Amino acid sequence: MEAKQYIGEGWKHAILIIGAIVVMLPFYMMVSMSLKSQQEIQSISGGLIGAQETQTFPVCVKTGYSEETCTMKPYQYNYWFAFEKAPIPRYLMNGVIVTLSIFIIQVLVALPCAYALAKLRFYGREFVFSMVLFCLLIPVHGIALPLYVMLAQAGLVDTYSALILPWTISVFGIFLMRQFFMTVPDELIDAARMDGMGEYAIVWKVMLPTAIPALLAFAIFSVVAHWNDYFWPRMVITGNRDLFTPPLGIREFRGGIDSDEFGPMMASIVTVTVPLIVAFIIAQKRFIEGITLTGMK
Amino acid sequence: MGTISLKNISKSFGSTQVLNNLNVDINDGEFLTLVGPSGCGKSTLLRIIAGLEQQTSGDVLIDNKNVNRVRASERDLAMVFQSYALYPHLTVRRNLETPLRLRDYNAFERLPLIGNFSPSKKEKTESINQLVNKTSETLKISELLDRKPGQLSGGQRQRVALGRAMVREPVAFLMDEPLSNLDAALRVHMRSELSELHNSLKTTFVYVTHDQAEALTMSSRMAVMIDGNLLQLDTPQEVYDNPSSLSVAQFVGSPKINIFKGTADSGGTVSFLKVNLKRKSSESNTDLHIGIRPEHLEITNESNENTFSGTVAYRENLGSDIFFHVNIEGGSNKIIVRGLPQFTHQISNGSSVNIKRVSNKALLFNQAGMRVQFNNAMG
Repeated sequence: MEAKQYIGEGWKHAILIIGAIVVMLPFYMMVSMSLKSQQEIQSISGGLIGAQETQTFPVCVKTGYSEETCTMKPYQYNYWFAFEKAPIPRYLMNGVIVTLSIFIIQVLVALPCAYALAKLRFYGREFVFSMVLFCLLIPVHGIALPLYVMLAQAGLVDTYSALILPWTISVFGIFLMRQFFMTVPDELIDAARMDGMGEYAIVWKVMLPTAIPALLAFAIFSVVAHWNDYFWPRMVITGNRDLFTPPLGIREFRGGIDSDEFGPMMASIVTVTVPLIVAFIIAQKRFIEGITLTGMK
Repeated sequence: MGTISLKNISKSFGSTQVLNNLNVDINDGEFLTLVGPSGCGKSTLLRIIAGLEQQTSGDVLIDNKNVNRVRASERDLAMVFQSYALYPHLTVRRNLETPLRLRDYNAFERLPLIGNFSPSKKEKTESINQLVNKTSETLKISELLDRKPGQLSGGQRQRVALGRAMVREPVAFLMDEPLSNLDAALRVHMRSELSELHNSLKTTFVYVTHDQAEALTMSSRMAVMIDGNLLQLDTPQEVYDNPSSLSVAQFVGSPKINIFKGTADSGGTVSFLKVNLKRKSSESNTDLHIGIRPEHLEITNESNENTFSGTVAYRENLGSDIFFHVNIEGGSNKIIVRGLPQFTHQISNGSSVNIKRVSNKALLFNQAGMRVQFNNAMG
C-alpha cells in the first residue's frame, strides 16, 4: 500500500474512533462512578476505579445499619447498598416478564398479520395496510391518557396487564415483518401448500424460520424500547413497588433522606444495563447466522 | 391412475383474460408439456391444475373426479418449482420428510415432544424413513441428506426438489419450468434424466416450459399456448412437421422457420421470389405466407427457376451444422439456411450463394395466420 492510502484509511479510522469515544464515554462514566466513593465522584478524581480505600459510609449508617456493616471498600459498598436499598432482582425479573411477554405477544399478532398483508389476496388488503402505516404516525404520548383511563376503568392499573396490554399490537412489527415477507418467494408458500400445510402452519413453520434476521432486528427494537421505557410504567404503576420495572427502580435512588448518592445509583444502573448488553451480544451472533440461513436465492 | 381433464377453463385477473376456454385431456402416464412464450398463461394453467389458483370458470377433473372445490394439498399432486422452493431452514432429509409427515402424522403426533408418546408414531416414522431413503437412492442424493439447501449446487437442489415431489408417490407431477435456473449443459443433462425418471415412474407429468427444445425432446405430447389460447396439442413431431398456424410454426423450431411473402393465383399456383411451388394451394387468388424450415433449404451451385440467390450476412457455426443468415435479393428480411460443414465450410460472410428448396416441405399460411393445405400431396 502507498503512504497516501494509509493516510486515507487513517482518516476513516480517526473519525470512527472519535465516534466510538463519544458513544462509549457515558458508559465509561457509569462504570467508573459505580466503583468510586462519593467524595471521589464529586471531586472528579481517582481515574477509573478510584483509590478503593476502606471507609465507613455515612448514608448507610443513617439508614440504620451498624457502623461495622457499613465499613468496606467503595465498589463493594456501591453494589451491596444498591441491592440493599431496592429489590433490584425483583425489578429485573419484572423487566424480563414485561419485555418478554410484550415481545412474544407482539410476534404472535404481527406474524400472521404481516403474512396476510404480504401474501394473501383479500378484499380491503390495501386499506388495512394503509391503516397500519397510519398507526405508525401516532405518537405514544398522544394516546397515553385515553389508554390510562381505559385501563383504570377496567381496573387494571397497578397490574402486569397494564404494563403489557397496550403494547401487544406493534404496527411497527407488522410493517417490518410485512416488508420482509414480501421478499420471500411465493413459490415457497405454494410448495408448503402443496405439501399440505395450512395457512397457520405456513406462518409458523415456513415464514417464521426464514424471517429470523428480521425478527431479531424487531426483537432488539422491541426489547430495548420496553426495557428502557420509563414513561408508561411511571403512569400505570402508581403504588405497588413489586411491579416496578428497572427504570422505575433506578428512580428509587433519587431524592430521599440521603439526597443524591451517586455510587449505589450508578451500580444499580450498571446492573440494569448489563442484561441488555449481554442480550445484544448474543443476538448479534445469531443475527449473522440468521442472514446466512436465507440461502434461498 | 393419473388422468387430468380440463374442461372449458377460463381465467381472468380483473379485466385481463389470461386463459380462454381451454380443453385439455391428459392421459395416464403421459408426459405432457405446456409450452409457449412467457405470459401465455401456461403457468397459470398449471397452478389451476394444482389448486393454487382458482379458475374463473370451467372444471378440473382428476381421475374423473371434479376437484374444483378440493384444496391443493388434497388433490394428491406434487409440484416442482422453478426456484425449487426448498425450505431453507431444514436439512435435505427434513425437506423430503415434510410432505410425508404432514400426510401421515395426525395433529397430535406432529406436536413437538409430546407427539412422540403416540403409539402409532414409531411405525409411521419408519415408513417415512424408508420412503425418504428409497427416493434419495433413486435420485442419488443419499449423501446430501444432512445438508441444508443453501449448501447445495443448483443441480443438487433440483434433485432434492424432485425428491420432495416423488416421496409422496402422487397421481401426477406438475413441473413449472424446473430446468430454467440451471446452466445450459446441466439443463440438457437433466432433460434426459427427467425422461428416464418418467419412464421408470410411469406417472403423469405435466411440464411447463418456454423452451421449445425441452418440449420437443421430452414430451409424449405438447400443448402450444399463445396468449391464453391452446393452439395445438399433439406429439412433438406432428407439431413440428404440421403446425396448425403461423404462430405455432414460428414458435416451435430453432432456428426459426423462414417466412416468405407469396401469392396464390387463380389456379392455386403458389409463387414467391419468382419461384413457383409444384403443389397447388387449396386457397386461390390470395396472398400467402410460405414457411420453410432452415433444414429444408440448401445452398447449391445450380442456378435455375427453382433457386434464388442472396448474400451471406452472418455465418453461425455450431460444429455439426452451419447456419447461414442470408439477405435475399428481392426479399425484405433475412432467411436462415442450414448447411452441412463438409459442403459449405468454405463459404464466408459476404459470399453470394444460390439457395434451393427440398421439395414437398413448404408450409402455407393465409393472412390470418391459419394453415392452408395443398390440394394434392405430390405434383
